Amino acid sequence: MNKKYAVEVEDLTMAYGDKPVLWDIDLHVPEGTLMAIVGPNGAGKTTLIKTILGLLKPAAGRILIYGRPYEEQRKLVGYVPQRGSVDWDFPTSVLDVVMMGRYGNLGWLRRPGQKEKEMALEGLEKVGMSKYAHRQISQLSGGQQQRTFLARALVQDAKVYFMDEPFQGVDATTERAIVALLKDLRQAGKTVVVVHHDLQTVPEYFDWVTLLNVRRIASGPVGQVFTDENLRLAYGGKVNFLARSMGAETAAIGGAYPRPVESVQQGR
Amino acid sequence: MELFNDLLFDYTLRTVALGAATLGLVSGALGSFALLRRQSLLGDAMSHAALPGVVLAFMITGSKSPLVLMLGAAVAGILGTLLMMAVTRHSRIKGDSALGIVLSVFFGFGLMLLTFLQRNPDARQAGLNTFLFGQAATLLERDVITMAMFGGGALLLMVIFWKELKLLSFDVDFGASLGFSMRLLDILLTSLLVVAIVIGLQAVGVVLMSAMIVAPAAAARQWTDRLSLMIVLAALFGAIAGVSGAMISSLGSGLSTGPLVVLAISAIALLSFLLAPNRGLVWNWLQRRRSDQNLRVRAVLSNLYFLAQQHDNPEHAHEATVLQTMAFGRFGIQKSLAVLTDLGWVQQVDQDRWALTPAGAEEAERYLIGG
Repeated sequence: MNKKYAVEVEDLTMAYGDKPVLWDIDLHVPEGTLMAIVGPNGAGKTTLIKTILGLLKPAAGRILIYGRPYEEQRKLVGYVPQRGSVDWDFPTSVLDVVMMGRYGNLGWLRRPGQKEKEMALEGLEKVGMSKYAHRQISQLSGGQQQRTFLARALVQDAKVYFMDEPFQGVDATTERAIVALLKDLRQAGKTVVVVHHDLQTVPEYFDWVTLLNVRRIASGPVGQVFTDENLRLAYGGKVNFLARSMGAETAAIGGAYPRPVESVQQGR
Repeated sequence: MELFNDLLFDYTLRTVALGAATLGLVSGALGSFALLRRQSLLGDAMSHAALPGVVLAFMITGSKSPLVLMLGAAVAGILGTLLMMAVTRHSRIKGDSALGIVLSVFFGFGLMLLTFLQRNPDARQAGLNTFLFGQAATLLERDVITMAMFGGGALLLMVIFWKELKLLSFDVDFGASLGFSMRLLDILLTSLLVVAIVIGLQAVGVVLMSAMIVAPAAAARQWTDRLSLMIVLAALFGAIAGVSGAMISSLGSGLSTGPLVVLAISAIALLSFLLAPNRGLVWNWLQRRRSDQNLRVRAVLSNLYFLAQQHDNPEHAHEATVLQTMAFGRFGIQKSLAVLTDLGWVQQVDQDRWALTPAGAEEAERYLIGG
């Protein structure tokens, strides 16, 4: 294998008390891939991302970013947490939040200055939020909050991004903006791992997909692994109807979508 | 005037006022972080938990030096906080219950020690129970200097770690993903909060101290959407409350400073909740009234437009009672008509009949069709 992996996860197991949340997960995400993580509620999607980012301690397993442990590669990693995880009534401005993306590079005690401010403005421009730079964050709509978080991740200037449900509850404009942004990131050779809920849009938005339900059901190019059978395995009999209709759609699109595999090869 | 003169030249009043101002300043600033992290009640638990620390420190050392007692208070406060975290982490008991448990157990233990001391008379223990409700009058100059040194140190650390503390308060997960030790920062901020509480205990007491953590911050939050300004305002409110409490108390009649300081900051908080722009109740009420009235005026304009359309004459006049009926008999039609007349959109044709002006008809069309 001479493929370059941006993210490698091996035998990752995670439990809250004696209840396993992630069981023996293996993941290999090639550089330059847009990968969706899908699975039912409680499948461990957010837990997986948080564990990879070192926010939760795994019971067992190994996590590598570009071949080295996460702690050494922190600056290569950008993170977009769930929008609902913070208090949007916090007294601060959009620009201030976006500048937080530079805090990691600044390190302890050094204050953000003019350079950080310019980078933040640039990030806001990329997500179409320039005119909101000095807005209080409490006055933002859901979509604007999400774009603020994306801008903050962009100024991290990372190579691998983890995004937790960026499409959750956003308007159509923001959804299009995020999709365009994801494609730009891939163009620039970045790798993006996205926790995603909407099965319908997986083939359209992503190259790779990981189906998760405590165990890893499948992981690979959308055209190969986003199948009726795998979806049924991940979601169980309960969403049989959904899985079947999705499967049919996937089969149709899968044939016409050779791109995911190509982009893997481009990634070397 | 004499009161202000005393503030500068009367030793006791000056000392008490300076002490109260210091504690208000420090607790206001650091309380802001507690408020934003939704940990306001942590201050309550810490201050109550400090009581056994004060008493034990005296029992062990036999000294009533403020430094020794403050140290005891700080140790007990930190122990209480750690215990609370441990209870939350290792049991199914939720944070608020853990807080209640620790608060009452520590406070009860402290009270028990106090009564135990009182039953074994020893002249030296006299005055320890002032820690319950505080007694600012007992403050000496060296106490104030100690308070200022510790408080100043805490504020300095807050400024030094500004960026990190902001990250901790706004987005813990993101901060951790950047590689900052959120645990360490949590410990730092908690310790600073302990300092803020401990330096206030002698003057305000363990029971009321939590008000000095919550109230200045809550009041300041009403007035600004900027963290730095909020903290400056909270510190200022705390200090003002401290000085006013000391001054009112000095007017005699045996009112003690601590409760007065707390009442002063409560008054500031109340005023802020009522009057602050954007967030204040009065402001919101005025705002709602304004938009309600705006809507009523629009409705009258639209109704006049609809009526006129039935007559093929955009300027056909109608009686106000018709409009009243169309508004289901409610609302001040006359007032809306007066507003519309002022805007030049409606004119009074005779005694009680009103018609749209050309500009009014245009406006109605724009409003109804153009959106």
